[in-house]
Formats: sequence, structure tokens, C-alpha cells
Amino acid sequence: MSLTTADRKPIELRLPRFALSNARWLSPVLLLLLWELGSRSGVIPPRILAAPSTVLGALWELTASGELPANLVVSLARAAAGLGIGLVVGTVLALVAGLSKVGETAVDPLMQIKRTIPSLALTPLFIVWFGIGEAPKITLIAVATVFPIYLNLFSGIRAVDVRLIEAARSFGLSQVQQIIHVILPGALPSFLVGLRYAMGVALLVLVVAEQINASAGLGHLINNARDFMRTDIIVVCLLVYAALGLAADLIVRSLEQHALAWRPSFIKS
Amino acid sequence: MPPSLARPIPETADRDAPAVRVRNFTRRFGQTVVLNDLNIDIGRGEFVALLGRSGSGKTTLLRTLAGLDSAGGQDVTTPATRAVVFQDARLLPWKRVWRNVALGLSGADARARAEAALEEVGLGHRLEVWPSTLSGGESQRASLARALVREPGLLLLDEPFAALDALTRIRMHDLVLSLWRKHAPAVLLVTHDVDEAISLADRVLVLDAGAIAAEEKITLPRPRESNAEFRAIRNRLLGHLGVEAPRAAPVEGALIAFPSGEIVA
Ligand SMILES: Nc1ncnc2c1ncn2[C@@H]1O[C@H](COP(=O)(O)OP(=O)(O)OP(=O)(O)O)[C@@H](O)[C@H]1O
Ligand SMILES: [Mg+2]
Repeated sequence: MSLTTADRKPIELRLPRFALSNARWLSPVLLLLLWELGSRSGVIPPRILAAPSTVLGALWELTASGELPANLVVSLARAAAGLGIGLVVGTVLALVAGLSKVGETAVDPLMQIKRTIPSLALTPLFIVWFGIGEAPKITLIAVATVFPIYLNLFSGIRAVDVRLIEAARSFGLSQVQQIIHVILPGALPSFLVGLRYAMGVALLVLVVAEQINASAGLGHLINNARDFMRTDIIVVCLLVYAALGLAADLIVRSLEQHALAWRPSFIKS
Repeated sequence: MPPSLARPIPETADRDAPAVRVRNFTRRFGQTVVLNDLNIDIGRGEFVALLGRSGSGKTTLLRTLAGLDSAGGQDVTTPATRAVVFQDARLLPWKRVWRNVALGLSGADARARAEAALEEVGLGHRLEVWPSTLSGGESQRASLARALVREPGLLLLDEPFAALDALTRIRMHDLVLSLWRKHAPAVLLVTHDVDEAISLADRVLVLDAGAIAAEEKITLPRPRESNAEFRAIRNRLLGHLGVEAPRAAPVEGALIAFPSGEIVA
């Protein structure tokens, strides 16, 4: 059985010097130090993994030269274009399927079939269709992000409390007014869950899609670095991907805080 | 509005015509007949309470009158503007209280009207809060404001006080009565509480076996005390509901105005 915080408190009080027991940053920092030590002592050769200090240096160099920002913009534009298309298509399909029985009959089976095909498996087909330029990359991201948006918004629409819809109806609200005032706001939390998920998917697919013969972007940077065994640059790119993931999460979180301010968990007492 | 819903009274209607008129109304769910050849009239500005066992079809009737369920082309006439207060307040959690009240109102004065309505139910100080921060009683008051702001010809109340504590319920009774006097809608109050029905309504109806099985006109002056006549009416109504009337007169307390009469079904 796990200890509750109440159980732990007295121990902390008796041993105030061991406040370090809560320092969650400690083990990552230790790992970095070991890694640096390993690199400097030659245990870890640079062509296996560059030292953290070298990585930092590379990050600085790439930023100062403008190489990283330029490629980052290319990658971001790809992800944004793909996600944007996926968002629009997923939203439209979910509205069609969610707001009408006919729409559901027409759209949902297709989406369920689509779901069974892993999006990345479509890569060869898209290369055949679109070549190796931007189009297959953006299409791949779009196709992969449609489903999480569609699924969450669709089920969000269907899960809106019928009692609320009924109340709106009893006050004579038209169908359109019911959709605007009740159904869409009610489905918004689910939509945002879908958006958060889609952003993660977009990033994941971006990483893979950029391995397709990219002439610019983070993937291009990584491919070049691989050819020259520049592990420092590879690690820099991995850090940037991680930062993108964090940023996506922050964006959705702040969206949620604004759009879902009415939720009890967000209401400041 | 689809034509099969309860037909609103036309503008040219006879001034003396009742607000609600239902003739030989039958409602089935599959094989089950819930309402069977039911007739009911509610006068303009009349306060009617509807009692009945659980499952007797009270909500079914109310939903038909509210236009939430189709009347299937049967003879059901209601005022054009109707408003419902449900047992659960059904406020939209994503709209601030005043926006909930203003829901569906059009015109530049929507906010002013919503504010006035909230003022009337004593929530003038909570216009801008989220519904989830309201207490149960406050939610029901907001819900009342949302119904009354439309100046309905028919106010439908489906056990609106059932989830409130006894004291809050008494306050809500007073509030409903004063709002009813001021706005004069026809009211249909569905309740399980016989004492509530007797103390509020002009007329109490008992729904049983799909039709109105009994009717009590209440002529006691308001506010109504639990006197001998009150108790006599209560015993008669409880009899119609198939509940043994209490043998001894209940102990009257200063605090608890309605010590018995609640049907726990
Ligand atoms: N949508 C529906 N489909 C099938 N049966 C229904 C439906 N709505 C109500 N019923 C049935 O109709 C009967 C009357 O229901 P109703 O809700 O009108 O009762 P009520 O008098 O309001 O009961 P309570 O006092 O418990 O609220 C019940 O037997 C119920 O099961
Ligand atoms: Mg009911």
C-alpha cells in the first residue's frame, strides 16, 4: 500500500537536510554529468554520441548561422499545413456525421475503414502519387491528423447532454441556435482533446515524413548530420523536436484554459 | 416548429378560452399506454398542480404541453410561449448566468431583460458567475428567471423543488407564488409533494391510469396554513393516490411547515 503525503510529513520534518529527496531534477542532471564525463574521458566516442557541451555548442552555432531557424521554419510550416488541413477536414466530417443521422451513415463507415490503415503505411503510395516534394509530407500529416480530430469531435457532439439540448428546445431555440449555443460548446472539451492528440500525431508523422528525401527542414538537417556522423547536430534536432512537442502541449493547455474557463477545475475560487 | 407539435393558440383566439386545452389525448410507448383518453383544461393565469404516482405519466404530459414531444396531431392547444423548469436546473455550464437567462432572446435589451429577471429571483449579484458555482437553490432560481424572462403564457414546472432542502423549498414556494402573481402565466406544477400542491395551487389534479382521476379546487386563502380543511384535502388526495392517510394528525412544527404528505414512490 502506498504512503499518503500525511504519512511522509513527519519524516521530512525530522530530516530537513534531506529535502533533496524531492529534487526531481537531480537524476537528469547526474546523467548529463556522467555523459559529459564519459565523453571527455573517451569512454563515449563522439561518433557514437557527442558530449552535452558539444551539443550546446552545435546548438549555438546552428542558431547563429541561421541554419537551424531556417530549417525549423520549413518543418513548422509542413506540420502546420498538414495539421491545418487535417483539422479542417476532420472538423467538417465530424460535424457532418455528428449533426445528422444521414451524415453519420455516409461518413462514419469510411472513417472507421480509414482508421484500420496505419497512416504511415500510406507513405509509399503518396510518394508514387505526389513524388518526393512537399506534397507527400503534408498529405501524410493531414491524413494522420484527420482521425483524432474527427473521432473526438464526433463523439463529443454525440455525448452532449440531451437534457441540455431539450432545455434549449423548450425555449424555442432553432436547430441552428441549438448547435451554436449547446452542441458545439458542449463538444469543445472533446475537440480540444482531439486537437492535443492530433498535434502529437502531426509531430510524429513529421519526423517520419521528413526522412523522405527532404531538401530542407529538421529531417534534412538530421540526414545531413547522419551522413557526416555529426551526432551533436542529430541530438540538437532531437531537442528541437522535443521542444516542439512541449510547445504544442502548452498551446492546447492555454487554449483549454481560455475556452473551458467555465469548467469547475479552471474556475479560480 | 413542426405542425404536429402542440398547436399554439392563434392570435385571434377567444379571450375566455383556456390557456391549455387537451381533449381525448392518448400517448403510447410501444405497447404501454401511458396517457389514455386524457382531458385537461388550464385557465389563463391559473395555477394547477399535478400529482400522481411515479410512472403515472406526469412528465409525459408535461413534455407534450411543452412541445418537446409531438402531440401526434391530437387535440392539444397551448399558448405559443411556453417555458419549462426542470428538476435539474439544466443551465448551460459554458454560459455565464445572465447569458443562460438571455438564451434565445433577441434584441438589444436581451441583457437588460435577463438582468431584471435575475434581479427578481434574487440573483442580481450573480449575473456574471458560471453556473457550476451556484448552489442547488440558486440554480433553480436562475432556471426560473430563464423561464419567466420569456413572459410565457404557460409555465411548466416538473418537480422543480424536489432536490432542494426543506427551508430552501419553502423560500422557493414563496418566490414562485410572487412571480406567478406578477407575471400571471398559467402554471402546471408537477410534484410528488401533496402539501406543496395544496399550498400553491388553485386546483390539484391527480393523474392515475392515464387520465385525471381526481380534482380538488383549493379555495383556502394564501398563505395557506395546515388547518383542518388543509388536512382534509390532503387526506382526500392521499386517498386518491392510494396512500393510507395518516391516522393521527401530524405534529405541527414552527420550522417544518410540511411535515408529511411527501409520497416516496
Ligand atoms: N421515452 C420513453 N420510452 C419508453 N417509455 C417511456 C418513455 N418515457 C416515459 N416512458 C414510460 O412512461 C411512463 C410514464 O413516465 P413519466 O416519466 O411520464 O412518469 P412520471 O409520472 O413523470 O414519473 P415520476 O414521478 O417518476 O417522474 C413510465 O412507465 C415510463 O417508463
Ligand atoms: Mg416525472
